[in-house]
Amino acid sequence: MSDKRIGDVILDVKNISLAFGGVKALTDISFDVREHEIRAIIGPNGAGKSSMLNCINGVYTPQTGTISFRGQTFDHMDSRQVAEMGIARTFQNLALFKGMSVLDNIMTGRNLRIKSNILLQALRIGPAEREEMQHRAYVEHIIDFLEIQAHRKTPVGQLPYGLQKRVDLGRALALEPKVLLLDEPMAGMNVEEKQDMCRFILDVNDEFGTTVVLIEHDMSVVMDISDRVVVLDYGKKIGDGTPEEVRNNPEVISAYLGTSH
Amino acid sequence: MGFFLETLIGGLMAGMLYSLVALGFVLIFKASGVFNFAQGAMVLFAALAMARFAEWIPAWTGLDNLLLANLIAFVLAGAVMFAVAWLIEYLVLRHLVNQEGATLLMATLGITYFLDGLGQTIFGSDIYKIDIGMPKEPLMLFDSVFEGGLLVSQEDLIAAGISAALVAMLTVFFQKTSTGRALRAVADDHQAAQSIGIPLNRIWVIVWCVAGVVALVAGMIWGSKLGVQFSLSAVALRALPVVILGGLTSVPGAILGGLIIGVGEKLSEVFLGPYVGGGIEIWFAYVLALVVLLFRPQGLFGEKIIDRV
Repeated sequence: MSDKRIGDVILDVKNISLAFGGVKALTDISFDVREHEIRAIIGPNGAGKSSMLNCINGVYTPQTGTISFRGQTFDHMDSRQVAEMGIARTFQNLALFKGMSVLDNIMTGRNLRIKSNILLQALRIGPAEREEMQHRAYVEHIIDFLEIQAHRKTPVGQLPYGLQKRVDLGRALALEPKVLLLDEPMAGMNVEEKQDMCRFILDVNDEFGTTVVLIEHDMSVVMDISDRVVVLDYGKKIGDGTPEEVRNNPEVISAYLGTSH
Repeated sequence: MGFFLETLIGGLMAGMLYSLVALGFVLIFKASGVFNFAQGAMVLFAALAMARFAEWIPAWTGLDNLLLANLIAFVLAGAVMFAVAWLIEYLVLRHLVNQEGATLLMATLGITYFLDGLGQTIFGSDIYKIDIGMPKEPLMLFDSVFEGGLLVSQEDLIAAGISAALVAMLTVFFQKTSTGRALRAVADDHQAAQSIGIPLNRIWVIVWCVAGVVALVAGMIWGSKLGVQFSLSAVALRALPVVILGGLTSVPGAILGGLIIGVGEKLSEVFLGPYVGGGIEIWFAYVLALVVLLFRPQGLFGEKIIDRV
Protein backbone atom coordinates (compact mmCIF):
# COMPACT_ATOMS: atom_id res chain seq x y z
CA MET A 1 0.00 0.00 0.00
CA SER A 2 3.00 2.22 0.18
CA ASP A 3 3.24 2.84 -3.54
CA LYS A 4 -0.15 4.46 -4.04
CA ARG A 5 -0.38 8.21 -4.31
CA ILE A 6 -2.36 9.79 -1.52
CA GLY A 7 -3.72 13.14 -2.71
CA ASP A 8 -4.95 16.32 -1.06
CA VAL A 9 -7.65 16.56 1.56
CA ILE A 10 -10.98 15.68 -0.10
CA LEU A 11 -13.24 15.57 2.94
CA ASP A 12 -12.62 17.77 5.95
CA VAL A 13 -14.68 17.43 9.09
CA LYS A 14 -14.30 20.32 11.56
CA ASN A 15 -15.54 20.58 15.15
CA ILE A 16 -18.66 18.47 14.68
CA SER A 17 -20.91 18.16 17.73
CA LEU A 18 -24.16 16.25 17.71
CA ALA A 19 -26.59 15.72 20.59
CA PHE A 20 -29.93 13.98 20.81
CA GLY A 21 -31.67 15.82 23.62
CA GLY A 22 -29.31 15.43 26.55
CA VAL A 23 -27.30 12.62 25.02
CA LYS A 24 -24.10 13.78 23.42
CA ALA A 25 -23.37 11.51 20.50
CA LEU A 26 -20.40 13.47 19.18
CA THR A 27 -18.31 16.16 20.85
CA ASP A 28 -16.10 18.46 18.82
CA ILE A 29 -14.85 15.90 16.31
CA SER A 30 -12.37 16.97 13.63
CA PHE A 31 -10.51 14.86 11.11
CA ASP A 32 -9.70 14.91 7.43
CA VAL A 33 -9.73 12.36 4.66
CA ARG A 34 -7.23 12.52 1.84
CA GLU A 35 -7.93 11.53 -1.71
CA HIS A 36 -7.36 7.85 -2.48
CA GLU A 37 -6.75 6.76 1.09
CA ILE A 38 -8.57 4.20 3.21
CA ARG A 39 -9.57 5.96 6.37
CA ALA A 40 -11.04 4.01 9.23
CA ILE A 41 -13.17 5.21 12.12
CA ILE A 42 -13.03 2.77 14.99
CA GLY A 43 -14.29 2.68 18.53
CA PRO A 44 -16.24 0.50 20.95
CA ASN A 45 -20.01 0.17 20.63
CA GLY A 46 -21.78 3.48 21.19
CA ALA A 47 -18.66 5.49 20.45
CA GLY A 48 -20.49 7.58 17.85
CA LYS A 49 -19.07 6.00 14.71
CA SER A 50 -22.36 5.60 12.89
CA SER A 51 -23.49 9.04 14.02
CA MET A 52 -20.38 10.47 12.43
CA LEU A 53 -21.13 8.70 9.17
CA ASN A 54 -24.73 9.86 9.28
CA CYS A 55 -23.57 13.47 9.67
CA ILE A 56 -21.38 13.19 6.57
CA ASN A 57 -24.19 11.47 4.71
CA GLY A 58 -26.80 14.08 5.65
CA VAL A 59 -29.04 11.81 7.70
CA TYR A 60 -28.26 13.78 10.87
CA THR A 61 -27.70 17.50 11.14
CA PRO A 62 -24.92 18.33 13.59
CA GLN A 63 -25.54 21.23 15.99
CA THR A 64 -22.13 22.76 15.42
CA GLY A 65 -19.23 22.30 13.05
CA THR A 66 -18.70 22.17 9.31
CA ILE A 67 -17.99 19.54 6.69
CA SER A 68 -15.99 20.45 3.59
CA PHE A 69 -16.06 18.31 0.50
CA ARG A 70 -13.75 19.13 -2.40
CA GLY A 71 -13.40 22.75 -1.34
CA GLN A 72 -17.07 23.42 -0.64
CA THR A 73 -18.03 23.94 3.01
CA PHE A 74 -21.40 22.98 4.51
CA ASP A 75 -22.82 23.25 8.02
CA HIS A 76 -25.15 20.43 7.19
CA MET A 77 -25.40 17.98 4.34
CA ASP A 78 -28.46 17.00 2.35
CA SER A 79 -28.79 13.30 1.45
CA ARG A 80 -29.61 13.84 -2.19
CA GLN A 81 -26.99 16.55 -2.65
CA VAL A 82 -24.40 14.29 -1.02
CA ALA A 83 -25.18 11.55 -3.53
CA GLU A 84 -24.96 14.03 -6.40
CA MET A 85 -21.60 15.34 -5.22
CA GLY A 86 -20.18 11.85 -5.23
CA ILE A 87 -20.45 10.39 -1.74
CA ALA A 88 -22.06 6.96 -1.57
CA ARG A 89 -22.63 4.73 1.43
CA THR A 90 -23.45 1.24 2.55
CA PHE A 91 -25.46 0.29 5.61
CA GLN A 92 -24.66 -1.60 8.77
CA ASN A 93 -28.06 -3.26 8.85
CA LEU A 94 -28.62 -4.09 5.24
CA ALA A 95 -30.96 -1.63 3.59
CA LEU A 96 -31.40 -3.25 0.22
CA PHE A 97 -34.52 -3.15 -1.91
CA LYS A 98 -35.54 -6.67 -0.97
CA GLY A 99 -38.22 -7.26 -3.56
CA MET A 100 -35.95 -6.29 -6.43
CA SER A 101 -33.34 -8.39 -8.24
CA VAL A 102 -29.61 -7.93 -7.71
CA LEU A 103 -29.40 -6.25 -11.10
CA ASP A 104 -32.23 -3.81 -10.37
CA ASN A 105 -30.82 -2.99 -6.95
CA ILE A 106 -27.51 -1.99 -8.45
CA MET A 107 -29.24 -0.22 -11.35
CA THR A 108 -30.97 2.10 -8.87
CA GLY A 109 -27.51 3.41 -8.11
CA ARG A 110 -27.37 4.72 -11.70
CA ASN A 111 -30.67 6.58 -11.38
CA LEU A 112 -29.10 9.98 -10.84
CA ARG A 113 -27.27 9.64 -14.12
CA ILE A 114 -30.19 8.56 -16.28
CA LYS A 115 -31.26 11.63 -18.18
CA SER A 116 -33.57 10.45 -20.93
CA ASN A 117 -37.24 11.22 -21.03
CA ILE A 118 -39.51 8.82 -19.17
CA LEU A 119 -41.76 8.32 -22.17
CA LEU A 120 -38.82 7.33 -24.35
CA GLN A 121 -37.69 4.95 -21.61
CA ALA A 122 -41.10 3.30 -21.43
CA LEU A 123 -41.20 2.84 -25.18
CA ARG A 124 -37.52 1.83 -25.37
CA ILE A 125 -36.85 4.29 -28.17
CA GLY A 126 -33.42 5.19 -29.61
CA PRO A 127 -31.40 7.34 -27.23
CA ALA A 128 -33.18 6.04 -24.13
CA GLU A 129 -32.45 2.46 -25.10
CA ARG A 130 -28.82 3.30 -25.78
CA GLU A 131 -28.50 5.09 -22.44
CA GLU A 132 -30.05 2.16 -20.60
CA MET A 133 -27.55 -0.16 -22.30
CA GLN A 134 -24.61 2.02 -21.23
CA HIS A 135 -25.71 1.98 -17.61
CA ARG A 136 -26.44 -1.69 -17.81
CA ALA A 137 -22.91 -2.28 -19.10
CA TYR A 138 -21.44 -0.38 -16.15
CA VAL A 139 -23.59 -2.36 -13.73
CA GLU A 140 -22.46 -5.62 -15.35
CA HIS A 141 -18.90 -4.48 -14.79
CA ILE A 142 -19.64 -4.04 -11.09
CA ILE A 143 -21.39 -7.41 -10.93
CA ASP A 144 -18.33 -9.08 -12.46
CA PHE A 145 -16.07 -7.20 -10.12
CA LEU A 146 -18.01 -8.34 -7.06
CA GLU A 147 -18.29 -11.89 -8.40
CA ILE A 148 -22.06 -12.11 -8.14
CA GLN A 149 -22.76 -12.96 -11.80
CA ALA A 150 -24.69 -16.08 -10.89
CA HIS A 151 -27.18 -14.11 -8.78
CA ARG A 152 -28.01 -11.32 -11.23
CA LYS A 153 -31.73 -12.04 -11.40
CA THR A 154 -32.23 -13.29 -7.85
CA PRO A 155 -34.36 -11.15 -5.54
CA VAL A 156 -31.83 -9.94 -2.99
CA GLY A 157 -34.01 -11.00 -0.07
CA GLN A 158 -33.18 -14.60 -0.94
CA LEU A 159 -29.40 -14.20 -0.95
CA PRO A 160 -27.18 -15.19 1.98
CA TYR A 161 -26.04 -12.35 4.20
CA GLY A 162 -22.50 -12.10 2.87
CA LEU A 163 -23.73 -11.72 -0.70
CA GLN A 164 -26.32 -9.14 0.32
CA LYS A 165 -23.47 -7.10 1.75
CA ARG A 166 -21.77 -7.26 -1.63
CA VAL A 167 -24.93 -6.08 -3.40
CA ASP A 168 -25.08 -3.18 -0.94
CA LEU A 169 -21.50 -2.32 -1.90
CA GLY A 170 -22.36 -2.73 -5.59
CA ARG A 171 -25.25 -0.32 -5.38
CA ALA A 172 -23.00 2.29 -3.80
CA LEU A 173 -20.32 1.70 -6.44
CA ALA A 174 -22.89 2.23 -9.20
CA LEU A 175 -22.93 5.92 -8.24
CA GLU A 176 -19.27 6.08 -9.26
CA PRO A 177 -18.56 7.84 -5.98
CA LYS A 178 -15.48 9.87 -5.15
CA VAL A 179 -15.84 8.85 -1.54
CA LEU A 180 -17.34 5.61 -0.30
CA LEU A 181 -18.68 5.45 3.26
CA LEU A 182 -18.83 1.90 4.59
CA ASP A 183 -20.79 1.31 7.79
CA GLU A 184 -19.37 -1.86 9.37
CA PRO A 185 -18.89 -3.73 6.10
CA MET A 186 -17.62 -6.80 7.95
CA ALA A 187 -20.24 -6.96 10.71
CA GLY A 188 -21.76 -10.38 11.20
CA MET A 189 -19.54 -12.09 8.66
CA ASN A 190 -17.51 -15.25 9.00
CA VAL A 191 -13.76 -15.23 8.42
CA GLU A 192 -13.94 -16.12 4.74
CA GLU A 193 -16.58 -13.51 4.02
CA LYS A 194 -14.48 -10.96 5.88
CA GLN A 195 -11.45 -11.78 3.77
CA ASP A 196 -13.50 -11.43 0.59
CA MET A 197 -14.87 -8.09 1.73
CA CYS A 198 -11.37 -6.85 2.60
CA ARG A 199 -10.19 -7.80 -0.87
CA PHE A 200 -13.11 -5.97 -2.48
CA ILE A 201 -12.46 -2.84 -0.45
CA LEU A 202 -8.79 -2.84 -1.38
CA ASP A 203 -9.62 -3.47 -5.05
CA VAL A 204 -12.23 -0.71 -5.13
CA ASN A 205 -9.69 1.64 -3.67
CA ASP A 206 -7.10 0.51 -6.17
CA GLU A 207 -9.05 -0.03 -9.40
CA PHE A 208 -11.72 2.64 -9.15
CA GLY A 209 -9.47 5.07 -7.28
CA THR A 210 -12.22 5.54 -4.71
CA THR A 211 -11.50 7.11 -1.37
CA VAL A 212 -12.86 4.87 1.38
CA VAL A 213 -14.07 5.85 4.83
CA LEU A 214 -14.97 2.80 6.83
CA ILE A 215 -16.35 2.14 10.25
CA GLU A 216 -15.41 -1.07 11.93
CA HIS A 217 -14.98 -2.46 15.34
CA ASP A 218 -12.97 -5.47 14.28
CA MET A 219 -9.60 -3.96 15.13
CA SER A 220 -7.42 -6.51 13.30
CA VAL A 221 -9.16 -5.99 9.96
CA VAL A 222 -8.87 -2.23 10.23
CA MET A 223 -5.20 -2.30 11.07
CA ASP A 224 -4.48 -4.41 8.01
CA ILE A 225 -6.18 -2.35 5.34
CA SER A 226 -6.32 1.26 6.56
CA ASP A 227 -3.91 4.05 5.82
CA ARG A 228 -5.00 6.16 8.78
CA VAL A 229 -7.34 5.54 11.67
CA VAL A 230 -9.54 7.81 13.82
CA VAL A 231 -10.48 6.42 17.21
CA LEU A 232 -13.69 7.54 18.93
CA ASP A 233 -14.80 6.77 22.45
CA TYR A 234 -17.99 8.11 24.05
CA GLY A 235 -18.33 10.60 21.20
CA LYS A 236 -14.86 12.05 21.66
CA LYS A 237 -11.83 11.64 19.47
CA ILE A 238 -9.08 9.93 21.43
CA GLY A 239 -6.67 9.01 18.68
CA ASP A 240 -5.78 9.72 15.08
CA GLY A 241 -2.92 8.46 12.96
CA THR A 242 -1.45 5.47 11.18
CA PRO A 243 -2.46 2.03 12.45
CA GLU A 244 0.97 1.78 14.06
CA GLU A 245 0.59 5.06 15.96
CA VAL A 246 -2.94 4.24 17.04
CA ARG A 247 -1.95 0.79 18.22
CA ASN A 248 0.66 2.28 20.51
CA ASN A 249 -1.47 5.15 21.81
CA PRO A 250 -2.01 4.40 25.51
CA GLU A 251 -5.36 6.16 25.62
CA VAL A 252 -6.64 4.02 22.76
CA ILE A 253 -5.35 0.89 24.39
CA SER A 254 -7.13 1.56 27.65
CA ALA A 255 -10.39 2.71 26.06
CA TYR A 256 -10.61 0.22 23.30
CA LEU A 257 -8.82 -2.89 24.41
CA GLY A 258 -9.31 -2.48 28.12
CA THR A 259 -6.53 -1.61 30.53
CA SER A 260 -5.32 -5.16 30.91
CA HIS A 261 -3.62 -5.05 27.53
CA MET B 1 -74.25 -22.93 -18.31
CA GLY B 2 -74.83 -19.70 -20.20
CA PHE B 3 -76.36 -18.07 -17.17
CA PHE B 4 -73.49 -19.12 -14.91
CA LEU B 5 -70.93 -17.71 -17.36
CA GLU B 6 -72.87 -14.48 -17.70
CA THR B 7 -72.92 -14.07 -13.95
CA LEU B 8 -69.22 -14.87 -13.82
CA ILE B 9 -68.38 -12.29 -16.47
CA GLY B 10 -70.61 -9.71 -14.83
CA GLY B 11 -68.71 -10.37 -11.60
CA LEU B 12 -65.36 -10.02 -13.31
CA MET B 13 -66.38 -6.65 -14.74
CA ALA B 14 -67.54 -5.34 -11.40
CA GLY B 15 -64.42 -6.76 -9.81
CA MET B 16 -62.22 -4.92 -12.24
CA LEU B 17 -63.57 -1.62 -11.09
CA TYR B 18 -62.88 -2.59 -7.47
CA SER B 19 -59.38 -3.49 -8.62
CA LEU B 20 -58.83 -0.03 -10.05
CA VAL B 21 -59.75 1.67 -6.79
CA ALA B 22 -57.74 -0.87 -4.79
CA LEU B 23 -54.76 -0.22 -7.05
CA GLY B 24 -54.81 3.41 -5.98
CA PHE B 25 -54.62 2.35 -2.32
CA VAL B 26 -51.78 -0.08 -2.95
CA LEU B 27 -49.63 2.33 -4.99
CA ILE B 28 -49.63 4.96 -2.29
CA PHE B 29 -49.27 2.52 0.59
CA LYS B 30 -46.32 0.79 -1.02
CA ALA B 31 -44.38 3.93 -1.76
CA SER B 32 -45.08 5.99 1.32
CA GLY B 33 -46.64 3.74 3.94
CA VAL B 34 -49.72 5.96 3.98
CA PHE B 35 -53.07 4.25 3.96
CA ASN B 36 -54.83 6.75 1.75
CA PHE B 37 -58.39 6.89 2.93
CA ALA B 38 -58.98 9.67 0.42
CA GLN B 39 -58.72 7.39 -2.61
CA GLY B 40 -62.54 7.26 -2.89
CA ALA B 41 -62.79 11.02 -2.62
CA MET B 42 -60.18 11.30 -5.34
CA VAL B 43 -62.29 9.04 -7.55
CA LEU B 44 -65.29 11.31 -6.98
CA PHE B 45 -63.25 14.47 -7.50
CA ALA B 46 -61.73 13.18 -10.73
CA ALA B 47 -65.08 11.97 -12.05
CA LEU B 48 -66.71 15.31 -11.22
CA ALA B 49 -63.93 17.20 -12.97
CA MET B 50 -64.16 14.97 -16.01
CA ALA B 51 -67.96 15.17 -16.21
CA ARG B 52 -68.08 18.94 -15.88
CA PHE B 53 -65.21 19.63 -18.27
CA ALA B 54 -66.86 17.38 -20.85
CA GLU B 55 -69.97 19.51 -20.42
CA TRP B 56 -68.23 22.89 -20.31
CA ILE B 57 -65.83 22.47 -23.20
CA PRO B 58 -68.46 22.15 -25.94
CA ALA B 59 -70.35 25.03 -24.32
CA TRP B 60 -67.27 27.29 -24.28
CA THR B 61 -65.72 26.42 -27.60
CA GLY B 62 -68.63 25.24 -29.68
CA LEU B 63 -66.86 21.93 -30.19
CA ASP B 64 -69.35 19.28 -31.18
CA ASN B 65 -67.13 16.24 -31.50
CA LEU B 66 -68.04 14.09 -28.51
CA LEU B 67 -64.87 12.01 -28.50
CA LEU B 68 -62.56 15.02 -28.79
CA ALA B 69 -64.43 16.89 -26.07
CA ASN B 70 -64.12 13.86 -23.79
CA LEU B 71 -60.45 13.53 -24.58
CA ILE B 72 -59.78 17.17 -23.69
CA ALA B 73 -61.90 16.78 -20.56
CA PHE B 74 -59.85 13.70 -19.61
CA VAL B 75 -56.57 15.56 -20.03
CA LEU B 76 -57.83 18.57 -18.06
CA ALA B 77 -59.18 16.35 -15.30
CA GLY B 78 -55.80 14.59 -15.27
CA ALA B 79 -54.09 17.95 -14.85
CA VAL B 80 -56.47 18.77 -11.99
CA MET B 81 -55.57 15.46 -10.31
CA PHE B 82 -51.86 16.24 -10.68
CA ALA B 83 -52.45 19.57 -8.99
CA VAL B 84 -54.40 17.86 -6.20
CA ALA B 85 -51.60 15.32 -5.76
CA TRP B 86 -48.95 18.01 -5.58
CA LEU B 87 -50.96 20.09 -3.10
CA ILE B 88 -51.62 17.10 -0.84
CA GLU B 89 -47.92 16.28 -0.76
CA TYR B 90 -46.78 19.86 -0.37
CA LEU B 91 -49.32 21.05 2.18
CA VAL B 92 -50.01 17.92 4.22
CA LEU B 93 -47.74 14.90 3.86
CA ARG B 94 -44.40 16.69 3.66
CA HIS B 95 -44.99 17.95 7.19
CA LEU B 96 -45.97 14.54 8.50
CA VAL B 97 -42.94 12.52 7.39
CA ASN B 98 -42.05 9.82 9.92
CA GLN B 99 -45.28 10.27 11.88
CA GLU B 100 -47.33 7.38 13.21
CA GLY B 101 -49.53 5.47 10.78
CA ALA B 102 -52.62 6.57 12.69
CA THR B 103 -51.67 10.24 12.28
CA LEU B 104 -51.30 9.82 8.54
CA LEU B 105 -54.57 7.93 8.34
CA MET B 106 -56.34 10.77 10.15
CA ALA B 107 -54.75 13.26 7.78
CA THR B 108 -56.05 11.38 4.74
CA LEU B 109 -59.45 11.12 6.42
CA GLY B 110 -59.39 14.91 6.66
CA ILE B 111 -58.38 15.15 3.02
CA THR B 112 -61.33 12.90 2.15
CA TYR B 113 -63.90 15.27 3.58
CA PHE B 114 -62.10 18.31 2.25
CA LEU B 115 -61.98 16.87 -1.28
CA ASP B 116 -65.64 15.79 -1.10
CA GLY B 117 -66.61 19.32 -0.19
CA LEU B 118 -64.24 21.09 -2.54
CA GLY B 119 -65.32 18.95 -5.48
CA GLN B 120 -68.95 19.87 -4.96
CA THR B 121 -68.13 23.53 -4.39
CA ILE B 122 -66.23 23.80 -7.65
CA PHE B 123 -68.10 21.39 -9.84
CA GLY B 124 -71.60 21.38 -8.34
CA SER B 125 -73.48 18.77 -6.39
CA ASP B 126 -76.04 17.42 -8.84
CA ILE B 127 -75.87 14.08 -10.53
CA TYR B 128 -73.84 14.37 -13.72
CA LYS B 129 -73.24 11.91 -16.44
CA ILE B 130 -70.09 11.01 -18.25
CA ASP B 131 -70.89 9.98 -21.78
CA ILE B 132 -67.81 8.66 -23.50
CA GLY B 133 -69.92 7.20 -26.25
CA MET B 134 -69.80 3.60 -25.10
CA PRO B 135 -72.35 1.38 -26.85
CA LYS B 136 -75.10 0.36 -24.46
CA GLU B 137 -76.67 -2.60 -26.23
CA PRO B 138 -75.39 -6.01 -25.13
CA LEU B 139 -73.48 -8.35 -27.37
CA MET B 140 -74.42 -11.95 -28.09
CA LEU B 141 -71.41 -14.26 -28.03
CA PHE B 142 -70.95 -17.99 -28.68
CA ASP B 143 -74.44 -18.19 -30.06
CA SER B 144 -73.47 -21.23 -32.07
CA VAL B 145 -71.42 -22.96 -29.38
CA PHE B 146 -74.20 -23.63 -26.91
CA GLU B 147 -77.83 -22.84 -26.62
CA GLY B 148 -78.81 -19.32 -25.66
CA GLY B 149 -75.29 -17.99 -26.17
CA LEU B 150 -73.70 -15.42 -23.86
CA LEU B 151 -75.11 -11.99 -23.31
CA VAL B 152 -72.27 -9.59 -22.56
CA SER B 153 -72.48 -5.84 -22.10
CA GLN B 154 -70.31 -4.03 -24.65
CA GLU B 155 -69.83 -1.23 -22.19
CA ASP B 156 -68.30 -3.66 -19.72
CA LEU B 157 -66.02 -5.08 -22.39
CA ILE B 158 -64.68 -1.66 -23.31
CA ALA B 159 -64.25 -0.82 -19.64
CA ALA B 160 -62.30 -4.04 -19.21
CA GLY B 161 -60.12 -3.10 -22.15
CA ILE B 162 -59.40 0.35 -20.70
CA SER B 163 -58.55 -1.11 -17.30
CA ALA B 164 -56.27 -3.73 -18.80
CA ALA B 165 -54.49 -1.06 -20.83
CA LEU B 166 -54.03 1.04 -17.70
CA VAL B 167 -52.58 -1.88 -15.76
CA ALA B 168 -50.26 -2.71 -18.67
CA MET B 169 -49.07 0.89 -18.82
CA LEU B 170 -48.44 0.96 -15.08
CA THR B 171 -46.48 -2.27 -15.33
CA VAL B 172 -44.23 -0.88 -18.06
CA PHE B 173 -43.81 2.33 -16.07
CA PHE B 174 -42.81 0.46 -12.91
CA GLN B 175 -40.61 -2.18 -14.53
CA LYS B 176 -38.96 -0.43 -17.45
CA THR B 177 -38.29 3.18 -16.49
CA SER B 178 -35.76 4.64 -14.11
CA THR B 179 -38.53 6.53 -12.31
CA GLY B 180 -40.41 3.27 -11.86
CA ARG B 181 -37.26 1.71 -10.45
CA ALA B 182 -36.90 4.63 -8.08
CA LEU B 183 -40.52 4.18 -6.98
CA ARG B 184 -39.94 0.53 -6.21
CA ALA B 185 -36.77 1.42 -4.38
CA VAL B 186 -38.54 3.97 -2.21
CA ALA B 187 -41.28 1.45 -1.50
CA ASP B 188 -38.68 -0.98 -0.16
CA ASP B 189 -36.42 1.27 1.88
CA HIS B 190 -36.66 5.04 2.33
CA GLN B 191 -33.24 5.60 3.83
CA ALA B 192 -31.35 3.55 1.29
CA ALA B 193 -33.24 5.24 -1.53
CA GLN B 194 -32.19 8.61 -0.17
CA SER B 195 -28.58 7.54 0.10
CA ILE B 196 -28.38 6.93 -3.63
CA GLY B 197 -29.87 10.33 -4.37
CA ILE B 198 -33.53 9.48 -4.95
CA PRO B 199 -35.56 12.50 -3.82
CA LEU B 200 -38.34 11.18 -1.57
CA ASN B 201 -40.60 14.21 -1.91
CA ARG B 202 -40.60 14.10 -5.68
CA ILE B 203 -41.25 10.37 -5.68
CA TRP B 204 -44.24 10.86 -3.38
CA VAL B 205 -45.69 13.53 -5.66
CA ILE B 206 -45.29 11.15 -8.59
CA VAL B 207 -47.01 8.31 -6.72
CA TRP B 208 -49.94 10.54 -5.79
CA CYS B 209 -50.15 11.70 -9.40
CA VAL B 210 -50.25 8.10 -10.59
CA ALA B 211 -52.90 7.31 -7.97
CA GLY B 212 -54.78 10.39 -9.22
CA VAL B 213 -54.75 9.09 -12.78
CA VAL B 214 -55.90 5.66 -11.60
CA ALA B 215 -58.70 7.40 -9.68
CA LEU B 216 -59.62 9.32 -12.81
CA VAL B 217 -59.90 6.18 -14.93
CA ALA B 218 -61.91 4.44 -12.20
CA GLY B 219 -64.13 7.52 -11.84
CA MET B 220 -64.65 7.75 -15.57
CA ILE B 221 -65.74 4.13 -15.89
CA TRP B 222 -67.94 4.09 -12.77
CA GLY B 223 -69.33 7.47 -13.73
CA SER B 224 -70.29 6.39 -17.21
CA LYS B 225 -72.02 3.30 -15.79
CA LEU B 226 -73.77 4.78 -12.79
CA GLY B 227 -73.58 8.56 -13.18
CA VAL B 228 -71.33 10.87 -11.21
CA GLN B 229 -72.72 11.52 -7.78
CA PHE B 230 -71.67 11.81 -4.19
CA SER B 231 -72.09 8.07 -3.56
CA LEU B 232 -69.07 7.45 -5.81
CA SER B 233 -66.92 8.47 -2.86
CA ALA B 234 -68.20 5.42 -1.01
CA VAL B 235 -66.78 3.17 -3.70
CA ALA B 236 -63.59 3.30 -1.69
CA LEU B 237 -65.33 1.44 1.11
CA ARG B 238 -66.19 -1.33 -1.32
CA ALA B 239 -62.53 -1.55 -2.30
CA LEU B 240 -61.26 -1.87 1.28
CA PRO B 241 -61.98 -5.61 1.50
CA VAL B 242 -60.21 -5.99 -1.84
CA VAL B 243 -57.07 -4.47 -0.44
CA ILE B 244 -57.24 -6.65 2.65
CA LEU B 245 -57.80 -9.75 0.54
CA GLY B 246 -55.04 -9.03 -1.95
CA GLY B 247 -52.53 -7.61 0.49
CA LEU B 248 -51.73 -3.95 1.06
CA THR B 249 -48.40 -4.08 -0.71
CA SER B 250 -49.18 -6.13 -3.78
CA VAL B 251 -50.23 -4.71 -7.14
CA PRO B 252 -51.17 -8.13 -8.58
CA GLY B 253 -52.95 -8.73 -5.27
CA ALA B 254 -55.12 -5.65 -5.78
CA ILE B 255 -56.09 -6.77 -9.26
CA LEU B 256 -56.77 -10.41 -8.37
CA GLY B 257 -58.43 -9.45 -5.10
CA GLY B 258 -60.81 -7.18 -6.97
CA LEU B 259 -61.70 -9.91 -9.43
CA ILE B 260 -62.21 -12.50 -6.68
CA ILE B 261 -64.51 -10.22 -4.75
CA GLY B 262 -66.40 -9.09 -7.82
CA VAL B 263 -67.02 -12.66 -8.92
CA GLY B 264 -67.71 -13.88 -5.37
CA GLU B 265 -70.29 -11.16 -4.81
CA LYS B 266 -72.21 -11.90 -7.96
CA LEU B 267 -72.07 -15.69 -7.76
CA SER B 268 -73.06 -15.80 -4.10
CA GLU B 269 -75.87 -13.34 -4.68
CA VAL B 270 -77.29 -15.37 -7.54
CA PHE B 271 -76.69 -18.89 -6.32
CA LEU B 272 -76.72 -18.58 -2.53
CA GLY B 273 -79.01 -15.57 -2.31
CA PRO B 274 -82.29 -17.45 -2.67
CA TYR B 275 -81.46 -19.68 0.33
CA VAL B 276 -80.60 -16.93 2.80
CA GLY B 277 -82.98 -14.31 1.55
CA GLY B 278 -80.68 -12.26 -0.66
CA GLY B 279 -78.64 -9.18 0.10
CA ILE B 280 -75.41 -11.16 0.18
CA GLU B 281 -73.74 -8.80 -2.27
CA ILE B 282 -73.64 -6.07 0.34
CA TRP B 283 -71.75 -7.95 3.03
CA PHE B 284 -70.03 -10.77 1.15
CA ALA B 285 -66.80 -8.83 0.54
CA TYR B 286 -66.46 -7.80 4.16
CA VAL B 287 -66.99 -11.31 5.49
CA LEU B 288 -64.47 -12.64 3.02
CA ALA B 289 -61.98 -9.98 4.14
CA LEU B 290 -62.62 -10.90 7.76
CA VAL B 291 -61.92 -14.57 7.08
CA VAL B 292 -58.72 -13.65 5.28
CA LEU B 293 -57.68 -11.46 8.22
CA LEU B 294 -58.14 -14.41 10.56
CA PHE B 295 -56.01 -16.84 8.59
CA ARG B 296 -53.65 -14.69 6.50
CA PRO B 297 -53.43 -11.20 7.99
CA GLN B 298 -50.95 -10.09 5.33
CA GLY B 299 -53.49 -10.88 2.58
CA LEU B 300 -53.07 -13.34 -0.25
CA PHE B 301 -50.03 -11.66 -1.76
CA GLY B 302 -48.87 -9.11 0.80
CA GLU B 303 -45.51 -9.18 2.50
CA LYS B 304 -45.44 -10.96 5.79
CA ILE B 305 -44.10 -8.53 8.31
CA ILE B 306 -41.98 -10.18 10.94
CA ASP B 307 -40.97 -7.97 13.80
CA ARG B 308 -38.03 -9.02 15.86
CA VAL B 309 -38.77 -8.60 19.51
